Amino acid sequence: MTRTAVTETVVPARAAWSAVVRAGETLTLTDLHGNQAVDFLVYDAHDTAVRYSAPDTIHAQGSVFLTTGSVLLSNEHTPLMTVVADEVGRHDTVGGACSKESNTLRYGHHTWSQHACVDNFLAEGAKYGLGKRDLVSNINWYMNVPVEKDGTLGIVDGISAPGLALTLRAERDVLVLVSNCPQINNPCNGFEPTAVRMTIGAAVQVQGDAS
Amino acid sequence: MATATTYGARAHARAQEGARTEAMPVVPASAWPAPPCAAGHLVWAETVAGGNYTHRVLARGTELRLTDLRGDACAHLLLYVADRPWERLNVADTVKVQWNAYLGEDRLLLSDQGRVLASVVADTSGRHDALCGTSTLVRNTERYGDGTPQSASPAGRELFKLAAAKNGLEPRDLPPSLSFFQGVEVRDDGTLDFTGSAGPGGSVTLRAEQDLTVLIANVPHPADPRTDYVSTPLEVLAWRADATRPGDPLWEATPEGRRALLNTAEFLAARGLA
Repeated sequence: MTRTAVTETVVPARAAWSAVVRAGETLTLTDLHGNQAVDFLVYDAHDTAVRYSAPDTIHAQGSVFLTTGSVLLSNEHTPLMTVVADEVGRHDTVGGACSKESNTLRYGHHTWSQHACVDNFLAEGAKYGLGKRDLVSNINWYMNVPVEKDGTLGIVDGISAPGLALTLRAERDVLVLVSNCPQINNPCNGFEPTAVRMTIGAAVQVQGDAS
Repeated sequence: MATATTYGARAHARAQEGARTEAMPVVPASAWPAPPCAAGHLVWAETVAGGNYTHRVLARGTELRLTDLRGDACAHLLLYVADRPWERLNVADTVKVQWNAYLGEDRLLLSDQGRVLASVVADTSGRHDALCGTSTLVRNTERYGDGTPQSASPAGRELFKLAAAKNGLEPRDLPPSLSFFQGVEVRDDGTLDFTGSAGPGGSVTLRAEQDLTVLIANVPHPADPRTDYVSTPLEVLAWRADATRPGDPLWEATPEGRRALLNTAEFLAARGLA
């Protein structure tokens, strides 16, 4: 078996990133400096109406946290990607993306001029013909969102650390959109956005396979 | 009645007028037998069959009461601003902004634009869900053998596609939905407990804070563990009332909610709508 890194990209603090990951290929996210939230959407690369569904993923696995073994399901309840390795142990699929608009509710109108993930998703998605209606509840890798008995939930200090990584395997050709979260008003990234690394690994192949 | 001729077929069809079934809209709504308000204020009166859907456009200020008549309704709900459907229910913002995963009285249903679509003004059920969404064709086919709209076990997403189409919307316009009357709770480790229904008669009343397109699918909750497809009728009543205004307790209930209501009021004022 061989697995060769085909592309490796460092996504700067606050930046957007996207890629098509082919069926069988892996995508490894590395939290270079620790405690960075990586907002993440995934679509069927050939039919973007089929896209990540937080509710399907949550009820199919019976949990609001993602970790090794979690299958990211589409809105048609079909697998898009699988978490095959995770050094952190818990990731969020409830809190969605920050936006300039929701920031006015969460913190106040003084935040309007700050950067936010939805703007990253809109700008990056537009490269593929995706628009506002294509944005749905997303994954927040490395973000820690516990839920109390009375339903109280919130973004609290992360449990990630510098260098911790997780790896996803594409179950079909997928388009991945990433917003390396620019939020500076909550602990999702320790109030200080930092860079992350994206590594696309080649599909697993058996040695000697002529193809 | 002979239906071999056009005259006979017409007479046969017309003779059906006035028939009543358990699940149907009552038109005009004012003919509903037990109105919860002055009968003339009713604008929508319908009983939605288990495994069926409905949709309507409601004016700002309209109150919408959903009632689980027999204890096994589950009202899956999507909301859009009526003339701007790209502003729509955002479940993630609804739970995140309000710091709570559960729905209930005084909760606001938020759009993706920092504004309120509807508020929850009454709730006698307490078993609702903002996490699990609705059912799909794939899942219902696995569980019940079929999930197509005309089958005995329609999937919520398939019904939402139809309701959306009738309002000029497409499958990509269907974000995660809410569901009422069948709940889940989150344990400390993030896993879910399906709490099921509170029993017959539970109701929840929503108030439209903008003009809304409302899509409702009445199908089993996706986490319902029963092997049978159990879905009983949902009563839907709506009547003219007032939107939430400054001075209402709900307006000041939380700082996040106050800002959402302020954003909404200012947006509507700029459009000359309130």
